[in-house]
Amino acid sequence: MSADAQRQVVITGIGVTAPGGQGTKDFWDLLVNGRTATRRISFFDPSPFRSQVAAEIDFDVELSGLTPQEARRMDRAAQFAVVTTREALADSGLEFDSVDPARIGVTIGSAVGATMGLDQEYRTVSDGGRLELVDHHYAVPHLYSYLVPSSFATEVAWAVGAEGPTSVVSTGCTSGLDSLGYAADVIRDGGADIMIAGATDAPISPITMACFDAIKATTPRNDDPEHASRPFDASRNGFVLGEGAAVFVLETLAGARRRGATIYAEIAGYASRSNAFHMTGLRPDGREMAEAIRVALAGARLDPTAIDYVNAHGSGTKQNDRHETAAFKRSLGEYAYRVPISSIKSMVGHSLGAIGSIEVAASVLAMANDVVPPTANLHHPDPECDLDYVPLHAREWRTDTVLSVGSGFGGFQSALVLAAPDRVSR
Amino acid sequence: MRVVVTGLGVAAPTGLGTEAYWSATLAGRRAIGRVTRFDPSSYPATLAGEIKEFRAEEHLPSRLLPQTDRMTRIALVSADQAFADAGIDPGELADYDAGVITASHSGGFEFGQNELRALWSKGSRYVSAYQSFAWFYAVNSGQISIRNGLRGPSSVLVSDQAGGLDAVAQARRQIRKGTRVIISGAVDASICPWGWVAQLTSGRLSEETDPARAYLPFDDDAGGHVPGEGGALLVVEDDEHARTRGARVYGEIAGYAATIDPRPDSGRPPSLRRAIELAIADAALDAGDVDVVFADAAAVPELDRSEAEAITDVFGSRGVPVTAPKTTTGRLYSGAAPIDLAAAFLSIRDGVIPPTVGTTLSDRYDIDLVASTPRRAAVRNALVLARGQGGFNSAMVVRAPQVID
Repeated sequence: MSADAQRQVVITGIGVTAPGGQGTKDFWDLLVNGRTATRRISFFDPSPFRSQVAAEIDFDVELSGLTPQEARRMDRAAQFAVVTTREALADSGLEFDSVDPARIGVTIGSAVGATMGLDQEYRTVSDGGRLELVDHHYAVPHLYSYLVPSSFATEVAWAVGAEGPTSVVSTGCTSGLDSLGYAADVIRDGGADIMIAGATDAPISPITMACFDAIKATTPRNDDPEHASRPFDASRNGFVLGEGAAVFVLETLAGARRRGATIYAEIAGYASRSNAFHMTGLRPDGREMAEAIRVALAGARLDPTAIDYVNAHGSGTKQNDRHETAAFKRSLGEYAYRVPISSIKSMVGHSLGAIGSIEVAASVLAMANDVVPPTANLHHPDPECDLDYVPLHAREWRTDTVLSVGSGFGGFQSALVLAAPDRVSR
Repeated sequence: MRVVVTGLGVAAPTGLGTEAYWSATLAGRRAIGRVTRFDPSSYPATLAGEIKEFRAEEHLPSRLLPQTDRMTRIALVSADQAFADAGIDPGELADYDAGVITASHSGGFEFGQNELRALWSKGSRYVSAYQSFAWFYAVNSGQISIRNGLRGPSSVLVSDQAGGLDAVAQARRQIRKGTRVIISGAVDASICPWGWVAQLTSGRLSEETDPARAYLPFDDDAGGHVPGEGGALLVVEDDEHARTRGARVYGEIAGYAATIDPRPDSGRPPSLRRAIELAIADAALDAGDVDVVFADAAAVPELDRSEAEAITDVFGSRGVPVTAPKTTTGRLYSGAAPIDLAAAFLSIRDGVIPPTVGTTLSDRYDIDLVASTPRRAAVRNALVLARGQGGFNSAMVVRAPQVID
């Protein structure tokens, strides 16, 4: 086995919990059919809010496989993480009994942690906001695990029996890419043989809607929830909040081959840069995202023209989609006009820290199926967004390499390159 | 490649600034007292390590104040100090040459508390336009990046109270991968009623009212910890660059490892010992080369026991000096380990091990605790331990600067 195969990190298991279904198969069915899972918010009465739309998951805790005890102590985002991990693990076919637990690590991305749990519990201990000195007698016993989102990583580690390096990566809306980049580095540096890596967020709560209302980041298209997420369309006016999780089993190519695993893709390149510009604003020229793309491609030893598909951040805000289009042109040159690019946020919304991993799942499935998912609701492209965003319908397309990008509050810009393991010559 | 620390910015209840903190630490001055930020009398825990003399408006532009939580303001000022200490003007660094990697425990929790209160007492239209980022875990990295123009690789790690070491380890990784400078560490501050109530449910807060008796790790009377606020930021770069620019080097980030304990009902042993052994091996050292251990020092009897046992298993009976200077500040959550790294470098510099003020070592623990007064010792290699609720164990070995003739 070559030394490179010890350092090449591959995906051998996938789990997805996304709006519109249960598990990876439902997720892919939704995407290839161009269906949307956005709707009027049902978790609480959204009428006081400017934006009343979200991509919610009909998550049945009873059917989730969680024990009542697990379900009780976990925030919804932790529940997603554990359930999704179990799907990924089953998909990978790994027998953990045969692996030293210390060689298995965990990274879970999350932008906003246990937001739902904290919002709800704050209402309780503050008596609906009346008490400034909130009353600890009404606190649930597991409130501390809502306080610190690393509890998500602990739950995943416990669920799989991992005892290696374990952490939450929390870089806003690039968390889901950065978690995978971090995990791949841990394996390459010899810190673990297997990483359970992914991201989760369940932010659909009043405090989240209120904070995005305040900066008009989310869409007010309340009269047409199914078509409210409109990346790259001229009529787009904000993102649609979502929720969900995606988790992967990562291991070395050598290890995967040794056990005869199904290898979905190699994490061939990754980079993150910051715009050092504004906590929520983006520089119009997209230069830091372009730099992240350039470095990720260099790490993968791929030219821009070797990329078969670009999974965009495509949040559907006026600012993001132009920023990103500029970044693609800057990093991919003329080829930016030729490569298919799409945003699945048009269908599953924007689940903040989770979406980066969910988009990697979509990218891996695009490779597995040679089908590129579409950008739904894209009828009238913004003239400033003049690339091929695969409008409305999925496209059969030979997909061996994918670039997936993300952009987040705090100025984080990340890019991850996936390649079929036999594609990258070493 | 050797990765070294060339700048320190420390903010502790016992002192703002590295030397103020260090002299208070060696003098054994304690900054634990009754909470003043709010009235704690209705809560079972009433003591904290508060930073008293920090005035953000003296250091930061006024436009930053409405958009920042207290922990972010302290972090921004500590980052300024760390860069100044390193002799680096971040504005002079080339594009993408520098990044920021912090840890967080609970984000800007007080900011979040105030906006939750606005939401539920007044309505959604009263929630701040800054709530979308001011409370979240990535905010310190983002704000430090913006203030200093740092466009290189940045990140944020959350591993309860162990994350500070994970962040500095990731900084080392990015330096090894080619980034010139990373500012890394953590600052936490969540001494507010909502943060207090959440921390109370950990079951680990001391309910003692006497500041001298409230946080006593490795003592028969250990009964939990006192929360504090603060932390440290460290300027990390590669040794060659540092020497080329004539920088003063505090020492090297020589070894690191992290593990997580198995589920409590698994019947498997805890894994702190493994983290220690791996970190020492990563530094290419033997246990006998380690001159001091900065303990996590939970002050919860079973956690003290497991830490003491791990130390004894690796180093032998009273085989290495152990200290926990954090008894003077309270536990600073993810900020604690970066401050301990700073203390470790200062121990190396000054040849002195700071004391564990207040603790009378229980005879249940077979460790050489540096108790009430500092101990003179040549320190070349120091081991810093940090653990977090949920089973996180991180261990980092720092080494004296290499002497080059």
